[in-house]
Amino acid sequence: MRVGVVTFPGSLDDADARRAVSLAGADAVALWHADADLHGVDAVVLPGGFSYGDYLRCGAIARFAPVMTEVVAAAERGLPVLGICNGFQVLCESHLLPGALIRNDHRKFNCVDQELVIENASTAWTSAYSAGQRVVVPLKNGEGGYVADDATLDRLEGEGRVVARYAGDNPNGSYRSIAGITNDRGNVVGLMPHPEHAVEQLTGPTTDGLAFFTSVLTAAVTA
Amino acid sequence: MARVVVDVMLKPEILDPQGKAVAQALPRLGFDGIAGVRQGKRFELEVDGDVTEERLTQIRNAAETLLSNPVIEDYTVHVETP
Repeated sequence: MRVGVVTFPGSLDDADARRAVSLAGADAVALWHADADLHGVDAVVLPGGFSYGDYLRCGAIARFAPVMTEVVAAAERGLPVLGICNGFQVLCESHLLPGALIRNDHRKFNCVDQELVIENASTAWTSAYSAGQRVVVPLKNGEGGYVADDATLDRLEGEGRVVARYAGDNPNGSYRSIAGITNDRGNVVGLMPHPEHAVEQLTGPTTDGLAFFTSVLTAAVTA
Repeated sequence: MARVVVDVMLKPEILDPQGKAVAQALPRLGFDGIAGVRQGKRFELEVDGDVTEERLTQIRNAAETLLSNPVIEDYTVHVETP
């Protein structure tokens, strides 16, 4: 099982994502933004950070990177893709996921250990959780407010496509406290908090995030 | 050289935290009577040669795909006369 992690100019959490992939028991493959080749990986992680300096809009320029053409095509064929933080922004800008992410409503950068409720435990990236499970992983962003029109939000909730919601106070003004969503097929997941920073006791608040990366091991086998 | 201007604004229903911050700062500095502020982006595109209808169509396409995110933003395109 080989999981690719894309590095864009300005990616920040690519090394941590590769480390999480390895700890989960898969081979981490570094993918380069300018290389229009997925090198035969079985899944892709778009990591957090500030691709292209967040110029224009977060994720707006990364969307046009050569590697993204391949990621979008493969995602449409069912390849598991996880976008974390900036990766979530890239997935929304690429229209693989609906909605968009805007500046936090309180205008401050957030950096907290955040409790989440996993609502959908049947996606490629959450099957190792159980629905309703509470987890704690770091949340760190300046533009993490998830927005979409009411019809889209109703559809996401109606189809069970809200993957995770913030527990307790809404940390960034996300509509309906949405922390993560999936596409209708369940292979593409976007998540604002950072499970890759919660995979080891030494450096994370918990190891709750590891199951995102173990989930995809079974997804690839059954895909 | 002609100039085409693309103005991008957040849709009215999307919260604008930056605009809100500016709106709160104005009365603190004594600028009264401002009921609200929305902050947007202005792109000035210098066009080689004449602004043809074909060129404008391309620019509208660029505004729709790159310069704005139609999920959260509206845009307008106009030719600026010198």
